[in-house]
Amino acid sequence: MNHLLVAPLLLPLAGGALALLVRGLAAERIVGVMTSIALLAVAIMLFGVAADGAAATYDVGDWPVPYGITLVLDRLSATLLLVTAVLAVAVAVYSLGGADRRGRHFHALLQFQLLGVNGAFLTGDLFNLFVFFEVLLIASYALLMHDSRPERTLAAIHVVVLNLVGSVLFLVAVGCIYSAAGSLNFADLAERAASLPPDRQGLWRAGGWLLLIVFALKAALLPLGFWLPGAYAAADGAVAALFAILTKVGVVAILRTGTLMFGDLGLGPVLFALALMTLGLGAAGMLAARRLGGLAAHAVIVSVGTLLVSASLFSAAGLAAATYYLMHGTLATALLFLLADRIAAVRGAAGDRLEAAVAIRGRAALPVAFVLAAVATVGLPPTGGFVAKVAVLEAATEAGRAAAVFPVLLLVSLLSIVALARAGSTLFWKAGPGVGEDTEPLQVGGKAAAGFGIGLLLLAVGLLAVFAGPALEHAEATAAQLLDADGYVQAVRASNLARGGH
Amino acid sequence: MEALFAFGIGVLVAAGVYLSLRPRLFSVLLGVTLLSYAVNLFLLASGGLMAGSAPLTNQPGPWPDPLPQALVLTAIVISFGMTAFLIVLALRAVSERGHDHVDGRDTGDER
Repeated sequence: MNHLLVAPLLLPLAGGALALLVRGLAAERIVGVMTSIALLAVAIMLFGVAADGAAATYDVGDWPVPYGITLVLDRLSATLLLVTAVLAVAVAVYSLGGADRRGRHFHALLQFQLLGVNGAFLTGDLFNLFVFFEVLLIASYALLMHDSRPERTLAAIHVVVLNLVGSVLFLVAVGCIYSAAGSLNFADLAERAASLPPDRQGLWRAGGWLLLIVFALKAALLPLGFWLPGAYAAADGAVAALFAILTKVGVVAILRTGTLMFGDLGLGPVLFALALMTLGLGAAGMLAARRLGGLAAHAVIVSVGTLLVSASLFSAAGLAAATYYLMHGTLATALLFLLADRIAAVRGAAGDRLEAAVAIRGRAALPVAFVLAAVATVGLPPTGGFVAKVAVLEAATEAGRAAAVFPVLLLVSLLSIVALARAGSTLFWKAGPGVGEDTEPLQVGGKAAAGFGIGLLLLAVGLLAVFAGPALEHAEATAAQLLDADGYVQAVRASNLARGGH
Repeated sequence: MEALFAFGIGVLVAAGVYLSLRPRLFSVLLGVTLLSYAVNLFLLASGGLMAGSAPLTNQPGPWPDPLPQALVLTAIVISFGMTAFLIVLALRAVSERGHDHVDGRDTGDER
């Protein structure tokens, strides 16, 4: 048993608790940033652990598999832990530029959010997935209320009520699946799915579809995604950047359950159709957005649509393209949120509204960063987004769905280009009289902190493009591992056998 | 017993759905609470219903399944916490806006 596996849970838990206990913002900042950096180091090490091909497992408290809490680290979870950790460091450092002093306990809440996200990626058990969802949700509600304003209260209420109903559905699904299969462990469920007695099949299917509804709600898939733009656009920029990973938690849950246990439920075609419509809605939203924050929120919806178009093929090529896009899309949309926050800060009263206002002068880096972020979000050639989109199109061709995917994905890309180009030219070129002034003058070193956060995400997006070859190979290996449900089951069983058999 | 139990859950869900679709935060709150009560009962039933026997004992069986009871405990704690948070949020919205319409519009009707 490799004890490093539990570190992505213990580190943010300890860091978050410590950040609550220490006195003063300076100490809280040190704890928050150091914990995030430590988490990044752990995530890199775990990425190395998962790279050897076999899924590693960890039984918390050494309780054997069906009774205890099992953590499973395979390539997919290791990849997402790494993406989350990069995002965490970027947001934690960026917030030193002033975002963390607008409300209380930003760093502690960030760590608790990370605890939930990491747990949801690592868990090997349906009920613990529910628990970690709730952990990340309660932290995200509090973060949504960071720097509280009336519109944020209302947005938070909508999100909370919707997710409470989502949790109820999740528990109903858990109940159905437990009474059908008699276990909630992913490995057990994967084994028993094939050999359920006929009178349990109905319950099992009902549970599976209910789970899909819950995960689609978290992932903001079309009929259930209307909560996202309002909430993300209302949230503070740094918080919204962190939220870029939250929809991916839902997508990963769909991937995990869809490949392990609900392979014969026929989720693929339904997901595929919904994902295509989600793409359309996201592109329309990007065009219609009146604020850069709203535009970025709809870019998140487009990224979810692209991901699920590819993932819902449930083929090796489709899952590989989805894995690569998972890394790229998350970082690119987070980058867009951070830039929207920075741009809003230098435009005075106009904020990030897409209308002519004071000129932004003396900030050459900001428009350059915006162009890079926009190109990455849309997926134009030099960036990894382009690689990902080609991979998605190839996967669709291979699956015989080219006729549906090509026009939609390419049209959506075109509309996104139009939306982002129009936003950029309005923000940077269509200047009215006067010169922009920081509404919140940055502290000494604050500019460097904000620049570092944005720069780190730019660097990560850039590295994904430069090392697209190795990254794609990794994504293909991840897809192969995802499709190998037997390998997952054996890895979980192996830890029991090593203990002396149960 | 199963029929009565199922009927009880059904009534709770129906009332919960109706209330959570109302335009006032207070009704929504009650609705979500009823829904979480219903799902707790549902979880309890997912291990099979049994009366008059303890789950963890050395008496001869049959025993009721202890796992759903553990799940229900966790679910109760979580839904309690979430509901408490929602109440605080709702109170805050009322103090900010002076009314508790879910969309922030006080039309005066729909009471």
